[in-house]
Amino acid sequence: MNTPRLTVATAWLDGCSGCHMSLLDMDQRLIELSERIDIVYSPLVDAKALPERVDVGLLEGSISNADDLALARRFREHCRVLVSLGDCAVNGNVPAMRNHFPLEQVLARAYRENVTLQPQLPERGVPALRQRVVPIHGEVAVDVFVPGCPPSAEAIWQVLTALLEGRDPDPSAVTRFGA
Amino acid sequence: MPGPASQPKVRVVTFRVDDQDLSAREDETLIEVCREHRIPIPSLCYLEGLSVWGGCRLCMVEIVGQPRLAAACSTRVIEGMEVRTDTERLRRYRRILVELLFAERAHVCSVCVSNGHCELQTLAQRCGVDHMRMPRRPVSYPVDSSHEMFRLDHDRCILCTRCVRVCDEIEGAHTWDVMGRGSDCRVITDMAQPWAESETCTSCGKCVQVCPTGALVKQGTSVGEMVKDQHFLPILARRRQPR
Repeated sequence: MNTPRLTVATAWLDGCSGCHMSLLDMDQRLIELSERIDIVYSPLVDAKALPERVDVGLLEGSISNADDLALARRFREHCRVLVSLGDCAVNGNVPAMRNHFPLEQVLARAYRENVTLQPQLPERGVPALRQRVVPIHGEVAVDVFVPGCPPSAEAIWQVLTALLEGRDPDPSAVTRFGA
Repeated sequence: MPGPASQPKVRVVTFRVDDQDLSAREDETLIEVCREHRIPIPSLCYLEGLSVWGGCRLCMVEIVGQPRLAAACSTRVIEGMEVRTDTERLRRYRRILVELLFAERAHVCSVCVSNGHCELQTLAQRCGVDHMRMPRRPVSYPVDSSHEMFRLDHDRCILCTRCVRVCDEIEGAHTWDVMGRGSDCRVITDMAQPWAESETCTSCGKCVQVCPTGALVKQGTSVGEMVKDQHFLPILARRRQPR
């Protein structure tokens, strides 16, 4: 087969890594996929830097802190096609449930009220939380939305093969919110 | 001896829906005829057996020669009318309506007891809604878990008023009603008391079964476990009709 290989970058922002697990859940199709794509940047591989040009970027998770936002912007800048992978990326999902409360209240609940030993807010070495959790397209333009919690391996496969073959993916045919 | 009471004369009319020639009694509505002929028309507030509400606007159709769209649930068939149910304009409006419903309250499907059995969720997929273009309103609504058998989660309510209508028209209790306007609008039990304190509620659970989402559910259900059964409704509705 002479189909050109696609370069793919993936990252998880404020998510549970479930969408990446679902990507890995493709069984034997992973071998077929590995013959058609190169994963050039991802928590699943060792590469430390996002290449200058990437064909497809898969972002799992919502944008909840300063690092999430920076990474989402870098993905948008470097990826030709940016995919919101999973409900957190698509609509905020569970991470966005904290939007019902002011950030101060959320932090107090997690780091003061329920702590018995040296309650304190973590400030060094961790990115600052943003006031509100937003889906990826709340900050950067997104080309393809793949809802699901997580989207099934089949759904991710369908979307990736459509992109490989230069077709427009139709995520609603294979997945839905909460799937 | 007087004969049987004479049936009022109902005419039969012919019309076209999506280039299909159809006929129906003139007292039927478009949505009834379309459902009968398996022409898909989305809707959330319409439910066979309950009165027509016309609130969700998802069943809007185009009638050739009329600039305004018409709600199929509240439009009677007329001789010679030509109806389109699946144009690009209608698909666009339906997508927007579904997106607005999702953006209005915190419908988090992944942690909902109705996940996989929800009419709103299914409709979103069918309409091709894979994200919301408008930001979600960051407003939280309360949950009423006071009733020993049922639970009300306003965050998942789309104000279709099926619960209000089934309670009033089928059960005859009229426990449910609607209070407030705009974004403050919500369904209430009795005079906005906790459900458990309602004096009119018979705990029949019809409201739970007709609720299209996870707003009204059974206590003790976990994610995806709330499967609803609406089979009772057309049967009871027929028996309530005057003969």
